[in-house]
Amino acid sequence: METLERIIAEHPFFAGFESHFPNLLTGCASNARFDEDTYIFKEGEEANDFYLIRAGRVAVEIFAPQRKPIMVATLGEGEILGWSWLLPPYHRKFHARAIEPVRAIALDGKCLRTKCEQNHDLGYEMLKRFALILEQRLEATRFQLLDVYAVR
Amino acid sequence: MAAAPKIDPMLPQQYSVREVVKETADTFTLTLESSNGTAADRFHPGQFSMLWVFGVGELPISISGDPAQHHRLVYTVRSVGQATYALVSCEVGDGIGVRGPFGTGWPVEQAHGRDVLVVAGGIGLAPLRPVIYEVLHNREKYGRLVILYGARSPRDLLYRKELTAWARQPDTQVLVSVDYGGLSWRGHVGVVTTLLKFARLQPPRSVAMVCGPEIMMRFVARDLETHGLARENIYLSMERNMKCAVGFCGHCQYGPHFICKDGPIFSYDRLRPLLEEYEL
Amino acid sequence: MTQIVLRPSQLNTLIRLLADKRYEVIAPTLRDGAIVYDRIESADDLPVGWTDEQEPGRYRLKRREDQARFGYAVGPQSWKKYLHPAEVRLWSAERQNNTFRILNNETQPARPLAFLGIRACELAAIAVQDRVLLEDKYHDPIYDRNRRGAFIIAVQCTHAAATCFCASMGSGPKARGSFDLALTELDADGNHRFVAEAGSDRGTEVLAGLEATPASVDDLQQAEATVEAAGRRQMRSIDNTGIKELLYENFNHARWDDVAKRCLTCANCTMVCPTCFCTSVEDVSDITGDHAERWRRWDSCFTLNFSYIHGGNVRASAKARYRQWMTHKLASWIDQFGSSGCVGCGRCITWCPVGIDITEEVRAIRESPASSLPLSLKDINHGNA
Repeated sequence: METLERIIAEHPFFAGFESHFPNLLTGCASNARFDEDTYIFKEGEEANDFYLIRAGRVAVEIFAPQRKPIMVATLGEGEILGWSWLLPPYHRKFHARAIEPVRAIALDGKCLRTKCEQNHDLGYEMLKRFALILEQRLEATRFQLLDVYAVR
Repeated sequence: MAAAPKIDPMLPQQYSVREVVKETADTFTLTLESSNGTAADRFHPGQFSMLWVFGVGELPISISGDPAQHHRLVYTVRSVGQATYALVSCEVGDGIGVRGPFGTGWPVEQAHGRDVLVVAGGIGLAPLRPVIYEVLHNREKYGRLVILYGARSPRDLLYRKELTAWARQPDTQVLVSVDYGGLSWRGHVGVVTTLLKFARLQPPRSVAMVCGPEIMMRFVARDLETHGLARENIYLSMERNMKCAVGFCGHCQYGPHFICKDGPIFSYDRLRPLLEEYEL
Repeated sequence: MTQIVLRPSQLNTLIRLLADKRYEVIAPTLRDGAIVYDRIESADDLPVGWTDEQEPGRYRLKRREDQARFGYAVGPQSWKKYLHPAEVRLWSAERQNNTFRILNNETQPARPLAFLGIRACELAAIAVQDRVLLEDKYHDPIYDRNRRGAFIIAVQCTHAAATCFCASMGSGPKARGSFDLALTELDADGNHRFVAEAGSDRGTEVLAGLEATPASVDDLQQAEATVEAAGRRQMRSIDNTGIKELLYENFNHARWDDVAKRCLTCANCTMVCPTCFCTSVEDVSDITGDHAERWRRWDSCFTLNFSYIHGGNVRASAKARYRQWMTHKLASWIDQFGSSGCVGCGRCITWCPVGIDITEEVRAIRESPASSLPLSLKDINHGNA
């Protein structure tokens, strides 16, 4: 478990985290591995956890009936996968597929939610970090929507 | 009051097409050589020429070739209108009028001893390719070279073989992302700014050179600043309507700047107050 | 410098002397209800006994009580008609198989030009265009050819139109230097005469060919006083104090919306402006497709496609285009070329079909500056001014 705590503490997502927080999280954490071309989660499933990606690449996909799945974004080393665990109704909105072998730390969402409710300092810190990621993803999505390289 | 004879900057030199390479469905790379065998002027990475097609018109096009091989002028052109279509439709042996090189160029000398971050979007990789050649030819003069390249889709990627070759060079990192990936695409999907977190360089000792659509450059410059690059170490290449390239026609004015003779490359600290104004 | 006095009839002698030196003499003359610049054969072609009445959006010719040769202000044209012509063929080319041959076209005027009747504001305007077309990074050989050969006879202003504001721009009413000859027309005491002054060796040489009496102290005093009075009679002005910062900081001022409601984006102001230099370069080919020409034509920042880049026009609104014109003229010109681009000739006021008055537009912004705007251009660092 010490190793897991160190991995969490060293992950960029937790950079500058107060030293006792990673220890609080470790109880909710476990190692995860996904083979290439396997689904980490699928749209509609309960969002019970999120992942700190340590290696490999994950595609966030959305399914459309008349065509192949659309790859919305890819996520890689140092990034966070999944934030539906944070907000009701705690359901996945996209598919996540490993397009390379992926190593990650899975953090149990229910466990985390309980800890965040009990310790609002931790909860606020987590929310700030997720808010930043959501803001970056929203900006990137808007930028992507602009389709700036298209011929007009 | 006899005038000292000076060259006429509006008069093109005659070149002919030596090679045409299809890069993507709508983008071609043309290699030109002087028709009368005279060597072209040396150019600085980031400079552009005015290319004239007989009876069609003239266009500003950045030089995308190797500055060490200045006897040949290389341009990568995307066909988006009548004049660019005429250019990419040229065949080997066709004549083209060339004026230039014009403009200030990328700060390749100021970047000596520093990490170089090249951020390109779409056809914006073409004006940056001479920087990459320059750094790779003078590897000892620079720190790390990081190339971040964003394109619309995998089939819109320019210079694919070269990207692979550059990635194998020492102290060089090449990251490519597309906005729309197909299922067979194994690389990054997402806008070019999402690559920044994977760039291995030291922001305080880096110089960034950014080229792409203006919106893309705004997003990139903002994110580079967040990542710790100083505004004066971020350079952008601007585009405005241009008829003469020598400051006479007035079209390319951008606030106090003439894109043609003061630019097209400017540091972000000089552009920052202008970039966010509507219809400047 | 010795100054001499000429009789009105000696203007003809002067014109003949210039013709003998192979100059084609261009001067103010009446045409289409306006005073324009054109070739003249004799001093009789000048607008003798005429003056103009100018107001925003209004220009009328009127008879004078006297026979003054230069008793009017500037008309719709400026000398850029000759120095930086509205249309110039840059070069032409012939197709040869799949390539072509460029034919360089000499555009040297057939004869050198002598400009008679250049006002102080116009000399200032020529200096402004010199700076843009000859003294910057590149050199325009066409302008150079037209400019260098020209013989310049300035006329000191003794009359101010209601639209004149050169005094506030520091460009007039007195022409100081940059001429070959300068004339001041005097007639107040019933003694119609011209005080002539040479400003160059070739000016001195021409004066030497005229039978002349040296100017008296009284002549010189009268000349000085008349020109000064013309300056005092000016009714308009621009306060240039910190004008660059004023306009940069007021990029989003509500006045731009106000002027945009009136502006027709007709481009008249840029066509009549003696310093506006913008051009377009266009291809012309004949029907066989074997002959192509490159033409340079006056263009205007008021046209929609002036700012076209792939995908659209940068300055789509009238507001943006008026703002570009005025901000360039009065503010960014200073960053670009070290001086204002305005010389206070007032043409843009007179020839605006809806009478937009640049001096009023500046005043409106100065009276209610919005410099607390979050987005401001005050941090602009031109870097190469």
